Amino acid sequence: MSRPAIVVEDLGKRYRIGGRTGASSFRGALKERFGRSRSTSEDAPPDHIWAVRNISFEAPLGQVTGIIGRNGAGKSTLLKILSRITRPTEGRAEVWGTVGSLLEVGTGFHPELSGRENVYLNGSILGMGRREIDRKFDEIIAFAETEAFVDTPVKHYSSGMHVRLAFAVAAHLEPEILIIDEVLAVGDINFQKRCIGKMHEVAGDGRTVLFVSHNLHAITGLCDQVLWVDEGRIRSMGPAKEQVSLYSAAALPLATKTTDPGRDKPLILSNVRLVAANGEEREDFDLFEGLSIRFDVAQTSVHKRVRFVIRIRSTEDDAVVLATTSWDSEDTYQPEGPGAFTVSCTVPPNFLNAGTYSVSVGADVPRGPAFAQLEDVRRFVIVNTASFGDGLFGARDGYLSPYQQWNITSADTDN
Amino acid sequence: MSPPREEHLLPAAPILISPPKGWADLELRELWRYRELLYFFAWRDLKVRYKQTLIGASWAVIQPFMIMIVFTIFFGRILNLPSGGLPAPLFYYSALLPWTYFVTAMSGAANSVVSNQGIITKTYFPRLVLPLSAVIPPMVDFAIAFVVLLVMMVYYGIVPGLAILTLPLFMALAILTAIAVGLWLSALNAIYRDVRHVLPFIIQLWFFISPVVYSAELLPERFQALYGLNPMAGVITGFRWAITGEGSPPGVLTLVSTAVVIATLVSGFIYFRSRETLIADVV
Repeated sequence: MSRPAIVVEDLGKRYRIGGRTGASSFRGALKERFGRSRSTSEDAPPDHIWAVRNISFEAPLGQVTGIIGRNGAGKSTLLKILSRITRPTEGRAEVWGTVGSLLEVGTGFHPELSGRENVYLNGSILGMGRREIDRKFDEIIAFAETEAFVDTPVKHYSSGMHVRLAFAVAAHLEPEILIIDEVLAVGDINFQKRCIGKMHEVAGDGRTVLFVSHNLHAITGLCDQVLWVDEGRIRSMGPAKEQVSLYSAAALPLATKTTDPGRDKPLILSNVRLVAANGEEREDFDLFEGLSIRFDVAQTSVHKRVRFVIRIRSTEDDAVVLATTSWDSEDTYQPEGPGAFTVSCTVPPNFLNAGTYSVSVGADVPRGPAFAQLEDVRRFVIVNTASFGDGLFGARDGYLSPYQQWNITSADTDN
Repeated sequence: MSPPREEHLLPAAPILISPPKGWADLELRELWRYRELLYFFAWRDLKVRYKQTLIGASWAVIQPFMIMIVFTIFFGRILNLPSGGLPAPLFYYSALLPWTYFVTAMSGAANSVVSNQGIITKTYFPRLVLPLSAVIPPMVDFAIAFVVLLVMMVYYGIVPGLAILTLPLFMALAILTAIAVGLWLSALNAIYRDVRHVLPFIIQLWFFISPVVYSAELLPERFQALYGLNPMAGVITGFRWAITGEGSPPGVLTLVSTAVVIATLVSGFIYFRSRETLIADVV
């Protein structure tokens, strides 16, 4: 940890609800001024809410600090305060250095102006000097790949070109402290790849960055420390990987039911657990290690052809894997019972991509009765601790991350 | 991609972020640092103003010129209003120039904060830049229309005296008036949209109490100071006098007008600054 670039002490911002504008007409203002005296109590009066409160943290010089949290948690408000767009209601912050904030791609772009003109306008709005823009102009246009359209009004640009040009300007900002909000949420995958690549460059440059994103992948890859903001307060902070797994675990709600007595209790499922290769029970696993899903079964009566089902689901609610004993092997049919068993199913290493997953387990008879099921009973996080490299098609995406055999042979060997 | 960055030392003092205090300081030094942005906003408005128009900047001349013709016909010929010994077209046109500038600049400034709300809510800069830059583009219109005034003077054989040297002063007074009123209205407009509805009405009233179609000379001597409370009375009277020598040289009316402008300007700055912290939240 080095010296802080940003010191935030007990920052809070209160908004009036029911229309951000408050008194939006003279009449309202007069009524407010001469009507009942306004509440001055310390706590928010009923028509006010605290968007953020009691926020204290330090952003170390030259490090990337990520901010995560659900929508409406107060992340953007926090960035707006630190960018000086809006003032806090209480607390204070010290910002050591020039700040460039990028809360939107293409702030101030004017459709009637040409690409060239917009680069100058947008650049100066973002805090670049004219000479600085002169110096970087060619680089910006080249980065945006819009050389041919530099004197065309931006309104004739495709949305892709528009976004590329806007990002190119922003990417060439060189403040000491960079504040970025959700920029990666726009554009196609290729554009996001560019953004992440540029962000890596910026981060590697030893600049202080404050970065809000929902892209947990990007957060783990880029950030040194992470603040988890929830309902306007800091819920926790710490190393990026740890915070991301905490957050994603909480983002996926778990069912409260952990055992299912089943109908007429012929079969009871319980104690679902996730076990690492060394036998340790955990909820976070590296992409390069496997895990097994285990649960206990207590069977009270005789049933033939009982099978067990495990479903792994993503945070986006996609079913990623559905595994059943009947498909995987005839031999794994459960003994007819009664008795107590432990079922174990492996998720191989290099199989699931980084992300958060939930586990559901169940037992039934094919084309027969369903005995028991536990929906979303456990969740786990797969973390990619290896280098965060982007490929041609962007960051490693999707639910699968198999380790594949590649074979490259010389074209000459056939001759 | 980016050129090697020079090593930055920690600045001596941090930027402090704290709740707004009751009394806002003007932070003029910061405003100075953002002067390039002021220029860029003005440049953008100029560029955009006549984009996709057929005759572009000719509008800057056509507007006051057409009004001048209408005034000459109705007020000059039909109603036979006095024009202070000047040819009626010149009498009206020389007043319409500063008046048109004032109206365009003042309404531009009044709407500047609201029309740039997208930028205001996404980035930081001293908000004062907006109303200040809004009074610049109409100066170009003014300059174009002024050329026509010179042509008219040649046509009517009016040779300006030394008084014309004071013209920049009256122009400056017009600019300051636009800024002063614009500061008040833009901050109010950001918070109360009533301003948008009131503005055309204000302009109309203001036109009638300003000496555009008549001469301030028509008012009795004892009302001159009172009339000066309308800063545009000082601007227009002075403007006409500087160009054509019409009317009496600047006196108590001009002094009162100047004082009113300064008072409005200072209070406008303070009011704008005190509302500035609120603007991004409410605009």
